[in-house]
Amino acid sequence: MNTQSAPAAPVAAVPPSGASIHRLPQDRWRSVEIVFWLIPVAAFFSFPGYLVLGSQILIVGLFAVSLDLILGYAGIVSLGHAAYFGLGAYTAGLLATHGWGEPLSGLVLAGAVAGLIGWLAGFLVVRGEDLTRLMVTLGIALVLFEAANKAAFITGGVDGLGGVTMWKVFGIFKFDIVGRVAYLYSLVVLFGLFVVLRRLVHSPFGLSLRGVREKRKRMPAIGASVREREIAIFTVSAAVAGVAGALLAQTTQFVALDALGFGRSAELLIILVLGGTGRLYGGLVGAAVYMIAQDILAGINPVYWQFWIGALLVVIVLFARGGIMGGLDLLNAKLSRRKT
Amino acid sequence: MIANLVGVLFDGVAYGALLFLISIGLSVTMGLMNFVNLAHGAFAMLGGYTTVVLMTRLGVPFLAALPIAFVVAALAGAVLERLLYRRLYKASHLDQVLFSIGLTFMAIAAATYVWGPGLQPVTLPAFLIGQVKVLGLELGAYRLFLVAVVIAITVALVLLVERTRFGAQVRASVDSQQASAGLGIDVNRVFSLTFALGSGLAGLGGGLGIDVLGLDPTFPIKYMVYFLLVVAVGGAGAIKGALVAALILGIFDVAGKYFVPDVGAFVIYVLMVVLLIFFPAGLYGRRG
Repeated sequence: MNTQSAPAAPVAAVPPSGASIHRLPQDRWRSVEIVFWLIPVAAFFSFPGYLVLGSQILIVGLFAVSLDLILGYAGIVSLGHAAYFGLGAYTAGLLATHGWGEPLSGLVLAGAVAGLIGWLAGFLVVRGEDLTRLMVTLGIALVLFEAANKAAFITGGVDGLGGVTMWKVFGIFKFDIVGRVAYLYSLVVLFGLFVVLRRLVHSPFGLSLRGVREKRKRMPAIGASVREREIAIFTVSAAVAGVAGALLAQTTQFVALDALGFGRSAELLIILVLGGTGRLYGGLVGAAVYMIAQDILAGINPVYWQFWIGALLVVIVLFARGGIMGGLDLLNAKLSRRKT
Repeated sequence: MIANLVGVLFDGVAYGALLFLISIGLSVTMGLMNFVNLAHGAFAMLGGYTTVVLMTRLGVPFLAALPIAFVVAALAGAVLERLLYRRLYKASHLDQVLFSIGLTFMAIAAATYVWGPGLQPVTLPAFLIGQVKVLGLELGAYRLFLVAVVIAITVALVLLVERTRFGAQVRASVDSQQASAGLGIDVNRVFSLTFALGSGLAGLGGGLGIDVLGLDPTFPIKYMVYFLLVVAVGGAGAIKGALVAALILGIFDVAGKYFVPDVGAFVIYVLMVVLLIFFPAGLYGRRG
């Protein structure tokens, strides 16, 4: 023990109440969460005409959760997360066009491919500061976009990859035109992955990620390797994004080139920030609000839509950090204070 | 073959010079305020549209329209800095990225609304069209003009930064805001002026670049990567770094598209990733 060190830090003086931030994370499911997950189930029965939009929301929600893992928890800013979404989509799409239309193994493979590339990219991404990271993530996504664009003989290029024919899920449920199976399939996959990821971010590993986000320089001092943690979570995030992409490819039976585009990465950031970062649910809420609003407003005029989404972003950054979930938390805190 | 090579090289230099002119403002903003401004291209676009409107609607000659484009973009920069950007200097990089993406989207939508989605035409004055023979080489007159303008501006910028009182204040503020403020330098004023100057130069570059880069509402996103690249590769806040980076990018991009058109766009992206791996803080980065 170094005797020169400053007087020992006060032994974590835990205040008797209201110190929930410092508590070890605990992952008991709260009743609000259970109610939250009943909403998509209820939506299945109450809006049978909107199931296609519904499954898009679930898929984008999963994609947003994957970005939240690196952005909200580890604090890694990415401008190119569509790279892994697109990789997953093309993997699943190409598997199906070449005669292997089994959905679940397609998902697993897509996640594995995206995760592998994400793992490799992770080594590059964790170097350097925020600006370098932005550029490297963006650069990797652009390279993949160009690759898919040029390799039109494999990917279909700008025309997209058509002819994705899926087999029945478990050999029983056939993807139908109204999107009933697609919706349930997406929901089950989303929920399954969510449970795993929720456990992950509430584990000591998840807690150490938050440590990295808050103070990179201090983490090595308590014996935690920042680099390894960042690469690990980047890999997981890429794999989840790949699964989301694969879901889109399988349920729409088509892969468009813009699955890899910058627009998708930027949109994803908007969705996540709209919902609120660092709480997993933010991505899901953001996806629902954003896509429903887009469905209504973009129908009126796409140009206005882009203008207002830009304005919304500016307003969120200036006045409403934390997004919808942050606002709800604030409201909740106010209400509970009034009660006591 | 050799003449061909020299021609491509020259085009690359002209292209790089233009990139430098537009990006230098971004480099200074990042070096000075540590602000990641993805909306920088929007100021260049504003300059471009100003030039087009002045020339087609009001009949202002090209050379007279360029300084006005500079002034308009600089004013827009000054106003936005004062109203919005200033609030976010201390915010996280994520906030800055989101904020400037928001601004970019608004600029794109506004430009589409006002001028439509099409490419804008520009009629260059007669003496800037065609080829000029220099030392036995056929060089594009407009590109020659571009290079000359950028050289003149670079010299002026270096003089401004190295020799004037204002330049000394800028350098001091880049090195340490706190110490400069302590010495009685009005750091906020320095920020506003440099931001306006940077935006103005971007506007000028946008006007000059209509013929080379093209001008449509997606301009800020289409070239965002290039501008960011110049800054990331050159190192934020360094005129010399930005110049070298812009020339490297310009030459490689033009050469890549000319000699290996099949993989044209890759060259630049791969170059960028490679450069960033070996120089995470840029070629002439101030921060280690």
